[in-house]
Amino acid sequence: MTVATETHSEHDHSHDDHAEHGMSNAGYIRVAIILAAMTALEVSTYYVDFGAFFLPVLLTLMCLKFFIVVSYFMHLKFDNKLFSFCFYAGLFLAVMVYCIALATFKFFAA
Amino acid sequence: MSDVAVHEADHGTHGHITSTGLSNNKVAMWLFLGSECLLFGGLISTYMLYRGRVSIGPRPGHVFDIPFTSVSSFVLLMSSLTMVLAVSAAQKRDDRGTTLWLTVTALLGATFVGGQVYEFTAMYNEGLGFTTSLFGSSFFTLTGFHGVHVTVGIIMLMSLVGIIKRSDIPGDKAEVVELIGLYWHFVDVIWIIIFTLVYLIPA
Repeated sequence: MTVATETHSEHDHSHDDHAEHGMSNAGYIRVAIILAAMTALEVSTYYVDFGAFFLPVLLTLMCLKFFIVVSYFMHLKFDNKLFSFCFYAGLFLAVMVYCIALATFKFFAA
Repeated sequence: MSDVAVHEADHGTHGHITSTGLSNNKVAMWLFLGSECLLFGGLISTYMLYRGRVSIGPRPGHVFDIPFTSVSSFVLLMSSLTMVLAVSAAQKRDDRGTTLWLTVTALLGATFVGGQVYEFTAMYNEGLGFTTSLFGSSFFTLTGFHGVHVTVGIIMLMSLVGIIKRSDIPGDKAEVVELIGLYWHFVDVIWIIIFTLVYLIPA
């Protein structure tokens, strides 16, 4: 028999199961402090001349902040890999499609 | 006999038993967020193409108020912290803590949206309207779509607060809070990209 059932059981133990996969509140606060510091560094590029490092620094910080929020606040690091696949597949598709679209408009040559 | 293995108590089941062993609601939310990447990817790419196309009206560097937007970005970033604290409280079945952090998250989101309305008004007063230039059109479309997403998130948060107070959530409350949290964090990560590509990197 193909199983397609979804039953709702009492949620006595489900919370405890899930709490194991996240972080403590202190851990979340530490992550938030790191994110705030990275944002401050990003904003500092507006006031301080980083020269040739300006663009690489900003893009690196942007990517790091993105993956920190997705991994820790959205729990992808601790959750089932199928969720990571669902999200990163969409992200990868978006990045590839729009990089190709921008390349056809010679965006990167400018 | 079943020909499909049934897994229980995997990372996201929250008391459900499904053929994948995962919560269907959570899988659907992640698929939705994956598709949202394509929506915002299109809007960001369009802005990147058109941000230099200004025949009349102010140019990007003349209308952006970086200190003000930096504070707004910080507020939205901190709302992600309060959201994750709400999820944590919901997992501990702390209804008071959950409603408190959800309300704080909604207030921070409302502050961000208020800042965006102020920013749009200031830009309009400086001569940048939706139809002034391709830059204006693509900028207002991108940031406006994001603002609408934040507003929808605030409505969901406040609705959730009301529902929790009435104890009206069937099934697992922590999962419902977590699903709305995922949406909220996604709105935050999109702003992380917009803030860098639109505001900090000059055209």
